[in-house]
Amino acid sequence: MSFLPETRRLFDDLADTAFSDLKAGEALSLQLSAEDQTYVRFNDSNVRQATAVLQRNLALTFQWAGRQVTFTFDLSGHLDHDRALLRSWLERARREARTLPEDPFAVPLQDHGTSEHEHSGTEPDAAAAVKAIARVTQGTDFTGLLAAGPQVRAVRNSAGLNHWFSTASLWVDYSLFTTNASGDNKAVKGRFWGPAWDEDRFQAVLAADKARLAFLKRPARPIAPGEYRVYFAPAAVAELIAMFSWGALSYRAYRDGNCPLKRLIQDEVGLSEQFTLKENFCLALTPRFNSLGELPPVELMLIEKGQLKNLLVSSRSAKQYGVPSNAADPSGWFGEHLRAPELMAGNLPETEVLNCLGTGLYVGNLHYLNWSDVQAARVTGMTRYACFWVENGEIAAPINDLRFDDSLYRLFGSALEALTRESPIHPAIDTYHCRALGGSKIPGALVGTFRFTL
Amino acid sequence: MSLPVNFYPELPAFDIHRALAWVQAEADWIGLRFVQEQTYRRTVRNHLPEDNAITLERGVMAEARVDGHIAYAGTSDLSQQGLVQAARRAAYLARICAPHALFPFTEGHRPPAHGRFVSTRRLGFDRLTLAELTDQLIRASRSLKVSDKIVSTAAEATLVESTVHYVSSSGADIEQQWWLVSSHCAATAQDGTETQQRSLNGPAARCRQAGLEFFDFSALHAECERAGREALELLDAENCPDETLDLILAPDQMLLQIHESIGHPLELDRILGDERNYAGWSFVKPDDFGRLRYGSPLLNVTFDPTVAGEFASYAFDDCGNPATREYLIRDGVLLRGLGSLESQSRLGIAGVANFRSAGWNRAPIDRMANINLEPGTSSLAEMIASVERGVYMQSNRSWSIDDYRNKFQFGCEYARRIEQGRLSDVLKNPNYRGMTVPFWNALKQVGCRDERELFGTPYCGKGEPNQLIRVGHAAPPCLFAGIDVFGGGS
Ligand SMILES: [Zn+2]
Repeated sequence: MSFLPETRRLFDDLADTAFSDLKAGEALSLQLSAEDQTYVRFNDSNVRQATAVLQRNLALTFQWAGRQVTFTFDLSGHLDHDRALLRSWLERARREARTLPEDPFAVPLQDHGTSEHEHSGTEPDAAAAVKAIARVTQGTDFTGLLAAGPQVRAVRNSAGLNHWFSTASLWVDYSLFTTNASGDNKAVKGRFWGPAWDEDRFQAVLAADKARLAFLKRPARPIAPGEYRVYFAPAAVAELIAMFSWGALSYRAYRDGNCPLKRLIQDEVGLSEQFTLKENFCLALTPRFNSLGELPPVELMLIEKGQLKNLLVSSRSAKQYGVPSNAADPSGWFGEHLRAPELMAGNLPETEVLNCLGTGLYVGNLHYLNWSDVQAARVTGMTRYACFWVENGEIAAPINDLRFDDSLYRLFGSALEALTRESPIHPAIDTYHCRALGGSKIPGALVGTFRFTL
Repeated sequence: MSLPVNFYPELPAFDIHRALAWVQAEADWIGLRFVQEQTYRRTVRNHLPEDNAITLERGVMAEARVDGHIAYAGTSDLSQQGLVQAARRAAYLARICAPHALFPFTEGHRPPAHGRFVSTRRLGFDRLTLAELTDQLIRASRSLKVSDKIVSTAAEATLVESTVHYVSSSGADIEQQWWLVSSHCAATAQDGTETQQRSLNGPAARCRQAGLEFFDFSALHAECERAGREALELLDAENCPDETLDLILAPDQMLLQIHESIGHPLELDRILGDERNYAGWSFVKPDDFGRLRYGSPLLNVTFDPTVAGEFASYAFDDCGNPATREYLIRDGVLLRGLGSLESQSRLGIAGVANFRSAGWNRAPIDRMANINLEPGTSSLAEMIASVERGVYMQSNRSWSIDDYRNKFQFGCEYARRIEQGRLSDVLKNPNYRGMTVPFWNALKQVGCRDERELFGTPYCGKGEPNQLIRVGHAAPPCLFAGIDVFGGGS
């Protein structure tokens, strides 16, 4: 048997046993995150380090009399062993719950229905990908990571909820480096992804990136700090939209006073009419159910034409503050966060971007963003990869990287001139603990003025 | 009930030597690294318990050398069948990657070292019950709420028991065991449109290798009251001015400054380009070692895994290299990089024992461990007295630096203006920016040993696949001349 059916049978057997072991007044949720991945790092078109990871991570959330504990552990894959361990954890959970004070905002586990997305067909061939990448990237300075293999997310609870999601795919996230006429290192960022390895398609993606790299070989133009017209390519806008997951649309962060978009929420400022952001699970990059097995709406409008429509509200926040839940996922660093963001596309054809920019900066990517003043929604960060000085609608020269520090209110408000008509998918490439699922759909943005400080 | 979990009937001791015997014929060389780590995380928010979580990580990373290349396979299936599968998978990966390998591996990359390490602690985790710990966190949360203007509070404790046992077919046998503790307490104050947060030393900076002696609860409650009062002070404070001034950084901001602008750029795998697609490259070139004037002559920085109780102390790294204290920068001159045996041989320069992995499911890479700024001779009082116009900043709240580690911008929670050698007004939203080498060359005074403090973070992110690792940073307060500081607002 292969990884996916074995994992499903194990999870179901464990859940059936654990639920039947429960006593009156007890409730239990089991969440599974599992993967069988091959990760291969490349540097200079050669293999630096290859790692295979087979892991099945089970989290149990136990409730009794308004108390809640969560235990997480690695499954061995052997039913007898894992069942004994789960029973031991369950016993521990019972005893811990008794010593804790009541948690008035713990949300009783409920049956949020059943869903199933089962991967069918073959799994991506990592070995073929490694050989082909090493061969076809020879002669370029190619650095990056291949991740390939099946992934699982599943939740069941003792109230009857049962969601299963399995998939198998690969991506290659990479950089192509060169040195320009000034002797500076320059690079473009590329990404190939799909259900299977496809050498022809990879070659085509790589060829397009090599063509972009040619522009970076010209001497760099020094750019002084100051305000400039800027076109942000979709990958750069995706970095800025990622900041909306750092508490900016979290109902809990808003009530805690730590919400960067407080003034938007309170109607003191608006964003541009062109700015419409929603959660859209039709993107189908991630299961719709959250870590508790709750189902958020297929589409949830967050900001429409610059006005706030909804914040992300978890069932816990809903209980605590007496507002309706939209099944936002409360897990992660910043609590309620975007899982399937789509920034609605605009009218600017990609072919017109340089013309409309006229004279200013073309920013391909951004790096290492952080709030510089939460209350003012001010973000600092760096330009990275393919960034150019554009003069009269033509690329004049690459630039050396600049630090910016400006407010999202200005960037996506008064300064936003246009969004591109084309809006690519940006698959999630995080691999902390395990390979992430998800992604976003984000267009490019033309901005009348933007502040660079260093 | 006591905090630690005791479920040895279900998890019998793992016999790694027997496991090695099962798999050692699978490749030219085999290494096995067994990791078992239990993390107890308890959080209280607004005086109510929230996270009551325990995480158990338990698995083995197998390494196999075939055709001169080493590859890895991690598994949580510790049966004979599971380990043989993992070893075969590592060998298979090594075999298919070997024709495309970046560099050849040798026996020297995996020394056959023997040893043991046990971190220091005085009081075991079993000296406190879960109910007592929860109660203390609730009290800390109440201590933070010094006024109705404190709109939210958080008090968190994380306790970790970790064991790593590494053996290899060439004879390595290293067992290391750690007890690790960290805490975080924060208050958010609000008045009208103004909101400010103050914590104890910034996000998760308080972390040590220790037992329960780490928690001095009566001192903690007093500190929480101070943090609450300082959050209120910030509500009425002026913005940090926007000008070039002398800057004193407290140890709880020095930790971040050292981490981002010394630690990361000195990592040899960055200098070699391994990280160029994710964390970034480095402005430091191989030729800079022994030559580059990184900072003023007062700058002395060590890689020091020997400091008892600091967050990232150990005796061996994850390839079995014995860990020793080394100067990275001495009297301002760059001497040595943060590179493991693999990076050292690729570059032909000296490094340290810093080949570290985040867990059983990740391969080791070049990491920081304890990176410390060695004490000087000044006191904080002398530093303040020597400043005509300046700012004293404490506790990190924002961090950003470019992918070559040059252009940084950092923000702090709390600052005081310095005028004519004295601390005056409280300043809110203090930020500063600069370039790494000019900044360290502006170092004018370094605090003394008595004022050195030990901090760290559990969350240093790097690597492909991504890894979070623990690092320690000890430093005294330091004075920098002529730094661009600025405040908040749009
Ligand atoms: Zn770091």
